[in-house]
Amino acid sequence: MAWITGVGVTPYGRHEGSSTVSLMSEAATAALADAGLERRDIDGLVCGYSTTLPHLMLSTLFAEHFGIVPSYAHGVQVGGASGLAMAMLSHLVVEGGAARNILVVAGENRLTGQSRDMTMQTLAQAGQHRYEVPLGATIPSYYALIASRYMHEIGLRSEDLAELAVQMRRNAVRTPGAHLRDPITRDDVLASKPIAPPLRFMDCCPISDGGAAFVISKDPVNAHSLRIRGCSQAHTHQHLTEAPSLVEFGAGPSSSRAFANAGVGVADIGYAAIYDSFTITLAILLEEIGFSARGASGRDAAAGRYAPDGALPLNTHGGLLSYGHCGVGGALAHVVEMHRQLTRRAGDRQIPSEPALALLHGDGGIMSSHVSMVVERTQ
Amino acid sequence: MSGTPADWTLGQPGLAYEACIACGRNWYFQRGFCPRCGSTSVEMRASGCQGTVHAITTVARAPSPEWQARAPYGIALIDLDEGVRVMTHAEPDMAIGDAVNIIFSPMGSGFFPVAQQRS
Repeated sequence: MAWITGVGVTPYGRHEGSSTVSLMSEAATAALADAGLERRDIDGLVCGYSTTLPHLMLSTLFAEHFGIVPSYAHGVQVGGASGLAMAMLSHLVVEGGAARNILVVAGENRLTGQSRDMTMQTLAQAGQHRYEVPLGATIPSYYALIASRYMHEIGLRSEDLAELAVQMRRNAVRTPGAHLRDPITRDDVLASKPIAPPLRFMDCCPISDGGAAFVISKDPVNAHSLRIRGCSQAHTHQHLTEAPSLVEFGAGPSSSRAFANAGVGVADIGYAAIYDSFTITLAILLEEIGFSARGASGRDAAAGRYAPDGALPLNTHGGLLSYGHCGVGGALAHVVEMHRQLTRRAGDRQIPSEPALALLHGDGGIMSSHVSMVVERTQ
Repeated sequence: MSGTPADWTLGQPGLAYEACIACGRNWYFQRGFCPRCGSTSVEMRASGCQGTVHAITTVARAPSPEWQARAPYGIALIDLDEGVRVMTHAEPDMAIGDAVNIIFSPMGSGFFPVAQQRS
């Protein structure tokens, strides 16, 4: 058994002069303070990677910089799924007895640390270097290909995708530190410029600077510790060309196994933290996990199901689509927000329903890697 | 078939895939062994360059200045008649389910594959 004992997140957006390690340090400082732990209490460090600071040993680089001497440390790389993979790994390491308090941290100045063209080229390398990247394909175009097929087969419409963007923005409007806080309507999304049809500008998350962190501990070291109850993963392919299906992905098997490991069902979940790099990502994940019927996620969002006061509050900080996306830290912010909501420490945005169980789900690559986790409030 | 089939990834106007002699599996990304049965008895074959559109989009925001100069351009996943899925460029106004031929458009010293509607 392992516990998420403290969380911290920086504002996401444009932070001139920030760096990977400055953002990681800011988030780590906040997470330690939230857990009530000191640097000397931390004996494990799990980090991800940074495209603006490519390094063979980011974990020890950060440990040295931050001032900790862990007995267990390394990095994890599965794209956007890294954040939850880091959490799952830390849970297993703590259960295995190799560490008592693991700092899980990520940060990156992805917006100001490099040009937008450079970012797009770096990210496009998630494509196959010989057969896909030379065609001038981009990450949005890979997801747009999925969207074209999914919408064709399932009947999901652009209007449905827009509803998800609107809900994420509504949440971000209420969240200090969110990258995008101007209210938007469904028509704004539908009128935004095409990036890779059917995906438009407002179907895509922004590129942000930011950092997020949490501590995974063997013991509930404070009154707001949350228990990790079950996790699972699924990795079906790397490149889109080799994906076994453009309608069924790894989220189904990954989440079903996580539910089974946790001994709960999809209907028991009262808060959802779901990876939302694009509206289509969020739609497919919600539908494949079973929170909405196939094709119904947008209609459910429009009906308020995923609103903070709805049946299943979702990414109440605004998600990647509006709180922002700084790489590995992007999905960690979902964990931070989930923690604050389940422990009733979300201030003005506190959801009224007081759920005891949350489901977190991350996606890496081109719907390639999936990690699911069930977290529980026990007090 | 004699010789090595033309392969656009090597600068030639053709589309090649790999086939397993042992189990009959066909796939696109060359790797020198069969990912299903592990056999190293595999060979490169030339595609007949006919297939069906499985998924399609248009890149409006390209990843580099070179590609931005050609934008917007279509990108598609094509299911070849040989049972292999490939990524190609696509001519405008095509849709999922369209029957296509794949032609090869010159770029620099090489070529890239483009799906066009079969009439």
